[in-house]
Amino acid sequence: MYELKNVSKSYEQTRRRVTALDDVSLSIPDGQMVAIQGPTGGGKSTLLQMLGALERPTKGTVVLGNAELSALPDTKLASIRAREVGFVFQSFNLIPTLTAQENVETALAPLGVPGVERRARAAAALESVGLGDRASHRPDELSGGQQQRVAIARALVKEPDVLLADEPTGSLDEETRDEIMDLLEGIWRDRGLTLIVVTHDSAVAKRAERRLHIKQGKVTEKK
Amino acid sequence: MFGTYLVRELTNRRKQTAIIATGMALAIALVIIVNAVAAGVSAAQTSVLASVYGVGTDITVTQTPTAPTQGSNGTRAGGGPGFDFGAADGRTADGSTTLSQTHLGVVRGTETFDASSLDTIVGVENVAAATGTLALDNITFNGTIPTQRQSGGTTDTTPPPGGLDGAGGSSFNVDTFTVLGLDVAGAAVGPLTAVTLTDGRTFTAADAGSDVVVVDSAYATSASLAVGGTLSISGTDFEIIGLVASGSGAATASNTYIPLDVAQSLAGLDGKLSSIYVQAASSNNISQVQADIKNALPDATVDTQADLASSVSGSLSTASGLLSSLGTWLSVLVLAAAFLIAILFTISGVTRRTREFGTLKAIGWSNRRIVGQVAGESLVQGTIGGILGVAGGLIGILLINLFAPTLTASATVQRVAGFGGGPRAGGGGAPGETAAAATTTDITLHAPVTGTIILVAVALAILGGILAGAIGGWRASRLRPAEALRSVA
Ligand SMILES: Nc1ncnc2c1ncn2[C@@H]1O[C@H](COP(=O)(O)OP(=O)(O)OP(=O)(O)O)[C@@H](O)[C@H]1O
Ligand SMILES: [Mg+2]
Repeated sequence: MYELKNVSKSYEQTRRRVTALDDVSLSIPDGQMVAIQGPTGGGKSTLLQMLGALERPTKGTVVLGNAELSALPDTKLASIRAREVGFVFQSFNLIPTLTAQENVETALAPLGVPGVERRARAAAALESVGLGDRASHRPDELSGGQQQRVAIARALVKEPDVLLADEPTGSLDEETRDEIMDLLEGIWRDRGLTLIVVTHDSAVAKRAERRLHIKQGKVTEKK
Repeated sequence: MFGTYLVRELTNRRKQTAIIATGMALAIALVIIVNAVAAGVSAAQTSVLASVYGVGTDITVTQTPTAPTQGSNGTRAGGGPGFDFGAADGRTADGSTTLSQTHLGVVRGTETFDASSLDTIVGVENVAAATGTLALDNITFNGTIPTQRQSGGTTDTTPPPGGLDGAGGSSFNVDTFTVLGLDVAGAAVGPLTAVTLTDGRTFTAADAGSDVVVVDSAYATSASLAVGGTLSISGTDFEIIGLVASGSGAATASNTYIPLDVAQSLAGLDGKLSSIYVQAASSNNISQVQADIKNALPDATVDTQADLASSVSGSLSTASGLLSSLGTWLSVLVLAAAFLIAILFTISGVTRRTREFGTLKAIGWSNRRIVGQVAGESLVQGTIGGILGVAGGLIGILLINLFAPTLTASATVQRVAGFGGGPRAGGGGAPGETAAAATTTDITLHAPVTGTIILVAVALAILGGILAGAIGGWRASRLRPAEALRSVA
């Protein structure tokens, strides 16, 4: 359950002050699938950073469950990200030197999961995204779609309450895009987590229960 | 996870690892080699000094020479010995006069001081041993000069072309050897510790007051002397009891050695010494002992081995000079460069991995975990460099010891032995023997390796790794997790 009240985020750029989020109030119930659309520079990623406890708002409050993210210190935010939030990025963001298996394990490292259990859970997560046979491959030995599956496994392995995806299909072709969206939607259905997907793609957005539009930092509901 | 990630980074980013480790290895190898060579040179210097000044001598005390007063011929105070020949001296035959006279006096340029100084020095704190010596020159003048013709009628007052002192045809021969009076009671320090007995015996305490002499073997050969024979010193016959060989550069080496008390009475210098050799209780006390002696004897020149080392010249001193200037600076410079390379490459590595670290932060890695990862990588790179550097350094030292370069050391001996060949020796005659002031020793450089320097070197490499890791880690800690979301260009 997300509760955003009068959230503003502005950045000091070299000469001007950019308001990336402008007085956003919003609530997202647990288990909802939300698509966020809008023009480039509209503030989609900024909103996702607020939801994912990556940044604090300049003004207003962000509450996830019973934690007020806007008031917590960095270390607390890091542990919330480690336990409750799964992230999927447009450019996969896998660690290039680690194998698929090891990349998935990085999500469990901050949770202090012991080695044996960590390896077993990572292997299971890779299996669940259909990459059980690619565990020992490095990212540069995998296709874009496969890399994104590894990234999804990394986001899921911690069994988060929320899955945040910033243009997860932005770097993929149409066919792979549908595969990845099917995968994400399947996970959302099976696990009952909150799924928030930022996308430029209306085909992707149409799958969501709820669509938000964000332009110049202002959020509107889209029917 | 830490270990896996570390190994993956180091093996997959080999270039970065190789550059940092190689830089560190070069620096560490250089530090080890420079240090070992410095130790070798210093050992060589010590051995040269030991041969020059005697084993165990930490400090020498001499009297600061006062400026000689410009005296007329024959003044003994300053300008060296003079010979006064009265009209009745010498034998005259065939129109020429043959003169012979022996002078036993203090070596030129040396001042004597009272033997009570020795007691003063022995009383100084931390003096382990001290012994006094009296360095003398025995100069025998043999000459033939034509008898001055008082030819009447001619009133030619200008000196003849042969010189002021006489006409051509005169023949002088000056025979000089050095005589060192020393404590026969077997001192722990002093001149005799720098020589080795080759024949006969050295002194015993019972020799005090006896007319016995120990002769330098080289001098014995040139003067045809042997154990059991006699040698005339200042007109007194001495029994030769032993022959000794000295290091070629020994400042304390003398042609002959006699008991101190005999030397003092023969030269008319009772209770006088020319040098005192002092051994400090430990090398840590040397500067304190030096200062205390200076205080107690304000007029004395008090030299330590370090002061004496400046009198050693030749390639040995060039090597030591090079090491203390170039070698040290070079290793400091290369070490600084290696540290800088490690730091810059670590920083650039962190910058290149901005998105990677941002991503790890976004998925919940704490700052501490990321700093630890970066620092761990640098530490391992530094340690690899250190190990390679130690190996390289040891190989370098092995090569040095294999080729064992020879260094020459010239000890410029303070004393001006012998007769200076001043204007009085001129005339038409051949000047006597002039003694060489410097002699040369060849020393093979051996560079020793100590466990300490290897530990220090590895510690330096680790320090470099920690430094680079700390700076790189600090950079990584300042990255925002939101960097993960920055789209790649
Ligand atoms: N770290 C930052 N420093 C300064 N300005 C920023 C920063 N991050 C975002 N902005 C600015 O905030 C505004 C919103 O950016 P944001 O990344 O949220 O847009 P977006 O909707 O995700 O765009 P896109 O579709 O291109 O990803 C932009 O004008 C951007 O320039
Ligand atoms: Mg964006």
